[in-house]
Formats: sequence, C-alpha cells, structure tokens
Amino acid sequence: MIRVILPAHLRTLARLSGEVALEVKAPATLGRLLDALEAAYPVLEGTVRDHTSKERRAFLRYFACKQDLSLEGADHPLPEPVVRGEEPFRIVGALAGG
Amino acid sequence: MSSVRVFVGTRKGAFILTADGKRKQWRVSGPQFAGWEIYHLKGSPADPTRLYASQTSDWFGQVVQRSNDGGQTWEPVGNKFVYDGTPGTHQWYDGTQHPWEFKRVWHLEPSLDDPDHLFAGVEDAALFETRDGGATWSELPGLRATKGNLWQPGAGGLGLHTIVLDPSRPGRMYGAISAAGAFRTDDAGSTWRPINRGLHSQFELPDPDAEVGHCVHRIAMHPGRPDVLYMQKHWDVLRSDDAGDLWHEVSGNLPTDFGFVIDVHAHEPETVYVVPIKSDSEHYPPEGKLRVYRSRSGGDEWQALTDGLPQQDCYVNVLRDAMAIDRLEPCGVYFGTTGGQVYASPDSGDHWSPIVRDLPAVLSVEVQTLP
Repeated sequence: MIRVILPAHLRTLARLSGEVALEVKAPATLGRLLDALEAAYPVLEGTVRDHTSKERRAFLRYFACKQDLSLEGADHPLPEPVVRGEEPFRIVGALAGG
Repeated sequence: MSSVRVFVGTRKGAFILTADGKRKQWRVSGPQFAGWEIYHLKGSPADPTRLYASQTSDWFGQVVQRSNDGGQTWEPVGNKFVYDGTPGTHQWYDGTQHPWEFKRVWHLEPSLDDPDHLFAGVEDAALFETRDGGATWSELPGLRATKGNLWQPGAGGLGLHTIVLDPSRPGRMYGAISAAGAFRTDDAGSTWRPINRGLHSQFELPDPDAEVGHCVHRIAMHPGRPDVLYMQKHWDVLRSDDAGDLWHEVSGNLPTDFGFVIDVHAHEPETVYVVPIKSDSEHYPPEGKLRVYRSRSGGDEWQALTDGLPQQDCYVNVLRDAMAIDRLEPCGVYFGTTGGQVYASPDSGDHWSPIVRDLPAVLSVEVQTLP
C-alpha cells in the first residue's frame, strides 16, 4: 500500500484524520497514484489537479524521499521506498498568503 | 414567532447568525469550512432548510457545499465547472485576448421553486446551472456568446456576481458582470442580450454607446415590481423602469456615487439602500463615516442613516454581495464589512447595531426569514 499525506484542509474535506493508504496498480506512477486517490475520495477531484487537464494546482507541490516531484509528468515512476510503503508521498500546500 | 437566519461568507469561513423576530439577541455559530474563502451562501426559497455554499481557495480550488438541515451539517457536492465547447478568449487588462479560465464561484442563486435547481455565477464570467442539487453542473453558454470576447476583468476579476430571478415571468433572469455590464434572458438562460443603454462609463469606455464593458457592481429588484431595477455601477447609481431596456441616473445628493451594494426594502418598492464608498482607489467610506443611504423616492433624494454606525475613523469597505434585507415588518437590513463587522437594523435602517465585530473580512451576507 502506498501512503499519502495530504494538507490539513484536504484531510478535513475528505473527512480523514491521518494518512491515506492506497492500492496502486503496477507500475506505480505519479498519475496512477493521483487517479487512485481521487477514485477513493471523489471529493478531492479538482482540489489537487484540474478536473480536465489533470495539471497540478499551482500552489500545491508533490514530495517523496526528499525529492520534489512536482514538475514530473503523470508517467513518472514513484520512488521505490514509496511503492513499498516505507516512505510517504506528500502533497504540500505552498506557504503563502494570509 | 418568526425568526431570521443571516448567512455570512468571509475570507476564512462561514458564519450563521440567528435571532427571533425582534432581532435584538443574536446567536453566532461558526466558522464552518474554517480557513477557506466562502464567497457566498444562500438558502432555497422553495425549501429553507436547503442551503448551498461556495467554498474556494487559491490552493485547493472550488468546492460547493450543500446542507439539508439549515446549516447544521454539510456535504460537498459537485465542483466540476467546465465551459461549454471551446472556451475561447476574453479581453485582458492590456487589451489582448486571454483564454477563459474557471477560478471560482462568486454567487449561488437557488431557483424559486425547486431546491435542486440552482444557478452559479463564476469567474471567469459565466453562468452555470445544476438541476440535481449540485451534483453536476453545466454552462448556459448563451451568456458568453453576448460579445464575451469584449468583456474585460475588473480589478477584482471577471466575475458574474449578480443573478436576479424575476418571480413574475418564468424564464426571465438578470446577470451582472464586472466589467462587462448587465444582461437579461427571457428564455431561462438560452439567449441573452446586453441591457446597458443609458449607462455612461466615460472613464473606462471611450465609446458612449458601448453595449458591453460597463463595470456594473450590483443590481437589485423588488419582487412585487420586477420591471423596476436598481443598479450600483462603478460610478453612478441608476434605475430602470422597463426591465433594463433603459437606465437613468438617480445618484442625486449622495456624497459619492461609487459603491458596491444596493438593495430594496422588503415592502416598499421605492425604498432603496446603498453604502457610498470613496474611490477610485481608496475604497472606504467618505470622511471615515460609515453611512447607509436610503432613498424613499426610488432614488435621487437620499437620506444618511447613521444611528449606531461609526461616524469617525472608519475605513472599511462593504463588498457587492454583503447586504441583505429580511421580510419581517418592519424589515431588517444587514450588511457586512471588510473589517469583519456585521451590522443589523431591525427597523428598516433607522437604528443600527453590530451583531458581531471581529469576523474575518466579510464577502457576502444573505438572510432567510423563517416562519
């Protein structure tokens, strides 16, 4: 299972209290992980990626294993420690605004 | 005994203020959706327990919330707003063309007779509709076909901020957009036409006969006299007696004709309220005095209402969706400020007091009158 840590506002919206554990079909890629997240929690559709273009929302970033994966494409493979569930995949809101 | 429920959308959540018909003692609940911008909340006229809220964030985009119990509990519904067909372009600040991009829902307008039927005015300006309680949304593209390529965002964005339904003519509806103007449909949103004749925007539009491009801030109607419309434009307060076909200025003796809100008394169709704001760039009350102005003659002659409102050192703004009027006798008038105050007058504006003083900046105020 792949572990995902969401920003607090999205945890509230999805009525989650902690990490999300997701089954992602191999090969596990960035796009497949986000597809699985939205399938498990449809309320998150449109809040991480645009509904139609599937582009990441501008003020969110993706991090895993100390790497910034924000600019990687949907086919980018997830790091092995994330696939094995040893490390979480983090969706992080930009520290900006009031 | 009758009661009222005031919905307040703020920069950091939603609040619900309730009182009995005397409107003296208030109960404040919230914040709901803490930390999110709540552009607007509104209840269905057909079922007052059915509420909708526009919850939005620069980080996480748009969420629409629905309540079936008067705001005690909420559930997110559909948030997929996709423009019909190829979205095309509108005018950008520098005069170039810019692609249409959905940003947020500014205003939610439930239909008069079906709690599952709702309109949403969005930025970039377009009108969306749901007939399944918000689960799915579709655009009514005829509005943007009305010279949408010439619409240009105001300083606050290209938002469809006003939707007014005519209770006497099914299918007649008004919309207003900054900075495109006012529009009317007579066929439930399929086709629209600009209704901006008589508007003068000489500082923004060199063409005195421009059909679109006017910075309309708000339109108001009394349901008992639906052909009479009142408008607060960027500059000028105006009135139309023929459903928007022709407008004439009624700013009269106002200290400034700039402002955002305008609303009509519940029982007196010729009694109108505005809050003059100093502009172009300052956007606070003239002389630091927060004054509601009331006209009992349908405009032109205005009386300052000050009892209970701060008359010195007040530098807040009152945004376009932040005034509402209940249906009690005498009617109550409510407005919210960017300083976080919500003021109420239980006697049609004669006396005011704050319900709350320290909310986040208020974006919208609506009121339900409950039996």
